[in-house]
Amino acid sequence: MEQNKTKLSDNERIKRESNYLRGTIAEGLKDPITGAISPDDNQLLKFHGSYQQDDRDVRDERRRKKLEPDYQFMIRVRMPGGLATPKQWLEMDRLATTYANGTLKLTTRQTFQLHGVLKWNLKQTMKEINEALFTTLAACGDVNRNVMCTPNPNLSDVHYEVYEAAKKISDHLLPQTPAYHEIWLDGEKVIDTSVGQEIEPIYGPTYLPRKFKIGIAVPPSNDVDIYSQDLGFIAIEEDGELKGFNVAVGGGMGMTHGDYRTYPQIARVIGFCPTDKVVDVAEKIVLVQRDYGNRSNRKNARLKYTIDSRGIEWFKTELQNRLGWELEEARPFHFTHTGDQFGWVKGNKKWHLTLFIPSGRVKDDEETQFLTGLREIAKIHTGEFRLTPNQNVIIANITAKKKKEIEKLVEQYHLAGGTYASPLWQNSMSCVGFPTCGLAMAESERYFPTLLKKIEAITKEVGLKQNEIVIRMSGCPNGCSRPALAEIGFIGKAPGKYNLYLGGGFAGNRLNKLYKENIGEKEILEALYPIFQHYAKERKEGERFGDFVIRTGYVEEVHSGLDFHGSKTVKNI
Amino acid sequence: MQFNVNNSPFNEEQREYLNRLIPTLTEAQKIWLCGFLSYPFIAGYEQSVQVDQTAAPKMEQSIQTREVTVLFGSETGNGQSLASTIVEKLQAKQLPVQSFSMDDFKPQNLKKVQDLLIITSTHGEGEPPENARSFYEFLHSKRAPKLENVRFSVLALGDESYEFFCQTGKDFDKRLEELGGERLYPRVDCDVDFEDPAEQWMSGVVAVLHETSNANASTITVSEKQAAATLLEEKQSVYSKKNPYPAEVLENINLNGRGSNKETRHLVLSLEDSGLTFEPGDSLAILPENDPELVDSLINELGWNPEESVQINEEGDIYSLRKALLSKFEITRLTKSFIQAAAELFHHEELKKLAEPGNEEKVKAYLDGRDLLDFVRDFPPVQLKPVDFIQILRKLPARQYSIASSLKANPDEVHLTISTVRFQAHGRNRKGVCSSQIAERIQPGDMLPIYVDQNPNFKLPSNPDTPIIMIGPGTGVAPFRAFLQEREAEGVTGKSWLFFGDQHFSSDFLYQVEWQKWLKNGVLTKMDVAFSRDQAEKVYVQHRMLEKRKEFYQWLEDGAVVYVCGDEKHMARDVHQTILTILEKEGGLTSEQAAVYLDQMRKQKRYQRDVY
Repeated sequence: MEQNKTKLSDNERIKRESNYLRGTIAEGLKDPITGAISPDDNQLLKFHGSYQQDDRDVRDERRRKKLEPDYQFMIRVRMPGGLATPKQWLEMDRLATTYANGTLKLTTRQTFQLHGVLKWNLKQTMKEINEALFTTLAACGDVNRNVMCTPNPNLSDVHYEVYEAAKKISDHLLPQTPAYHEIWLDGEKVIDTSVGQEIEPIYGPTYLPRKFKIGIAVPPSNDVDIYSQDLGFIAIEEDGELKGFNVAVGGGMGMTHGDYRTYPQIARVIGFCPTDKVVDVAEKIVLVQRDYGNRSNRKNARLKYTIDSRGIEWFKTELQNRLGWELEEARPFHFTHTGDQFGWVKGNKKWHLTLFIPSGRVKDDEETQFLTGLREIAKIHTGEFRLTPNQNVIIANITAKKKKEIEKLVEQYHLAGGTYASPLWQNSMSCVGFPTCGLAMAESERYFPTLLKKIEAITKEVGLKQNEIVIRMSGCPNGCSRPALAEIGFIGKAPGKYNLYLGGGFAGNRLNKLYKENIGEKEILEALYPIFQHYAKERKEGERFGDFVIRTGYVEEVHSGLDFHGSKTVKNI
Repeated sequence: MQFNVNNSPFNEEQREYLNRLIPTLTEAQKIWLCGFLSYPFIAGYEQSVQVDQTAAPKMEQSIQTREVTVLFGSETGNGQSLASTIVEKLQAKQLPVQSFSMDDFKPQNLKKVQDLLIITSTHGEGEPPENARSFYEFLHSKRAPKLENVRFSVLALGDESYEFFCQTGKDFDKRLEELGGERLYPRVDCDVDFEDPAEQWMSGVVAVLHETSNANASTITVSEKQAAATLLEEKQSVYSKKNPYPAEVLENINLNGRGSNKETRHLVLSLEDSGLTFEPGDSLAILPENDPELVDSLINELGWNPEESVQINEEGDIYSLRKALLSKFEITRLTKSFIQAAAELFHHEELKKLAEPGNEEKVKAYLDGRDLLDFVRDFPPVQLKPVDFIQILRKLPARQYSIASSLKANPDEVHLTISTVRFQAHGRNRKGVCSSQIAERIQPGDMLPIYVDQNPNFKLPSNPDTPIIMIGPGTGVAPFRAFLQEREAEGVTGKSWLFFGDQHFSSDFLYQVEWQKWLKNGVLTKMDVAFSRDQAEKVYVQHRMLEKRKEFYQWLEDGAVVYVCGDEKHMARDVHQTILTILEKEGGLTSEQAAVYLDQMRKQKRYQRDVY
């Protein structure tokens, strides 16, 4: 740490030298000898909404064949609150089948991802996404990412106002560099001669030290996992009116195995701000992080570490100084769950249908035809689509007239029911993992259903069939599926090996704790079996699984990320 | 090597002694002697003795201390930063040291390494980190050299919570010992908190290296070891076309990725102790065997006993029928003379008619794409004896392949790039004799009889500054791999430009990562590729040449040598035509003048082709 403090991380050099995110991306796209772009450009490409990946299933095989890895690109869309029109859905569907791997990935941050796009098609795909009135700018990278917001319009009258807030924050924090237009949309090259005019008034030339995530929750739903966000806003509704937001700061999932200076952390509520101040508050918090975040060690660069190393009081003061006013005292709120409410509901005089999408992967297989089914629905739907923070989809604002037709399509393509109708499945999430994710240490999306079926068999056997338990799996400790907040969390360590965590809060308000380290399927099932049995027999009325394992001593309760590793935690200076 | 008045500074009497003594010395003795004799000069003794600089230029630096090579395998960067730390520590003690990521280290240089320090992490279920995999596999393969004079030590990084804790480090440690290396300091296995044990390993290693440096007068430098090796290599090989060398197969892999329509084999053969030498541009001949299935079908069709003895040559060698058809005679191709001879022997009316004068066109049409099995099915012989049948068969010819490696880069090895031939004809699947044998029946460890076929008409320019343009789609790229290996080994700095093409970028880009490395380090100046089936319209190398015609012409004017290797019928013709077009368009020549220009280039050996 000490030696690192003086030396900036290499990503800082890349950003500084990139001329506002240009680097040599445009040149790299044209190099016919490789399907990749340079390592430096890779870091920059993230800011444009794309990651270079490769098919890791064949990486080793190709190396022996003296072929470079099977490089391909993931493209992530930026769509605040997960909102897409039917036309946009159809466009994404077309791009997925034309340039990507024929599937649409709905992410845990309410957006679309395309996987498997070749370098030669990258520019064209980006262009067409923009033509569909989406952007990919700042969907990844050291900037504010896609802003999440509770998508369920039937839940509250204030939903539209909340969505507007999410969109405003997202737009306000969007990078201003013309590089994006130049590279992807054949925009005019802008020569930076205008002295005094700032290209990135908020971010500056080196952007943020690390990624920055914002989400807005509308209680009682905590579907956006407000405690996992760098910055969370909790909508406060009084008498059917949106009064403003409680502000929560310093949450985040990512950690590194074996590095006890890193840990998942839950955001802490520091006050309340009125609705019209929400953009200002977001901007100022981003600025504090821009100026104080750790730029030498990327593993300690998220806002949670900035706050934990300097103290929450310091942070509040710093924020107040920049705002020029003080946050009000936080208002009362209550979360009851993180999961989605499936099926048909009526709200705002329209119908809404929430469908469970296994691992958020919209594809066709023998059992279900989500890709075709949702395409057919998009063709006739007059409302909109809303991607949920649990990787599911809401077909929102369906007229009474269309309801019948859509019901028919749901049935025809097997989009509801079946295996996935059980509460265990519907409260589950897994990240992408192998073969495309470069960070994956173990399988996730491809293996999770297998494991879940076996876990479900145990719950049925011990009589827990109708119980909701939040189970999440991530292929690595970066935690895209937010496993550290699950009642049962699996974090990959090596092929076939996972750390098993227990005791997260059902409403996403408590981190879980390591129960067994580095175990395979057999040991996982052996570890869970007696606990399920115990839970079935001795749980108190309404007691959640996550609470039960703490009360009965399987794991200790975690109050803060600083307790996550227990005595092993190393405090950041 | 013989010393005489012209090549050495010795008098008659000394020469005689030396010429008698030197051939009896082992390599180790020679190396020792080099160091021993030169030590006083370096150490500053006997300064009155004059050393002839031109005769013994390499003796001068002979008694440097041993060089340390640090190789690291690292995914998270810990290994890499430890490597730079120990490099600093060694440099502080004035010890010569080089450090490489295992990926950047050429495995063939392992032979030259003296003191080897390995720092590596372990991943997943005991696997090496990404940038260590190739080196790890090389070291654990049959290709790994003996490391008798090498001292080594291993620092292993890992995580104790994993079952295969520090496995890669353990593997390296064990393997280096197996290869004859001497462990200079015991391996240290580090857990996640690696700093302290790593520090302990580093001080231990540095202490040993420091203590033993300068102490050993007989240590020698790399250049002398090479000089000694060259002395030994100059003997003539006893192997030739008449007496093929049984070469051990070291590696046999399919270069094409998933989804390819092709199968291109990369074959590595050992030349160890064969004394065989070659230059880039030469070919290697393989004596193949026929497909046993085809041989058995043929014998079965004829209703013969496969074990029946037959005389296979005039020398009177006796083989079983099956073995003779497998290894001595061609059964996959028919010739006109065979038809004539068979007409005499088969007692088949229709065949007799076919062989009559005037039916030449019919015979020609029949021969196309048919083999012996088709023939005996179409014209079943009556009372034919195996021994007579054998008499009229053609001897199984050797198959030539352009060599894909340089001896300077890969001593004791020869690499080939072989396209597996498979096609359908007359309702049956057909296979190339040699290529399908290699693709389907040859494993590492098997032996293949080979000899070198020199090709003086496909050679790198003698002037290293002469630019070269290489056009080699498909397996035609093989000799250019040899060219670039050679130029890299020799440090040639002249410009080079490669045109390559195949069907698909993602599956058929033969040796892709090697070209990428050479482009990066400047051994290859430019590369253009054409993948014919990645877009609606077919694109070939000649299209790329035309696109770059201005530059292409400039290179020609600058004296570039143009090499073309590969398919004769289509590619080489199209490329030839394209060069003419470029000369016309860019040089303002008439078509006659362009033809003269290209012919002139050919005469000056500036247009060389190896086409088939």
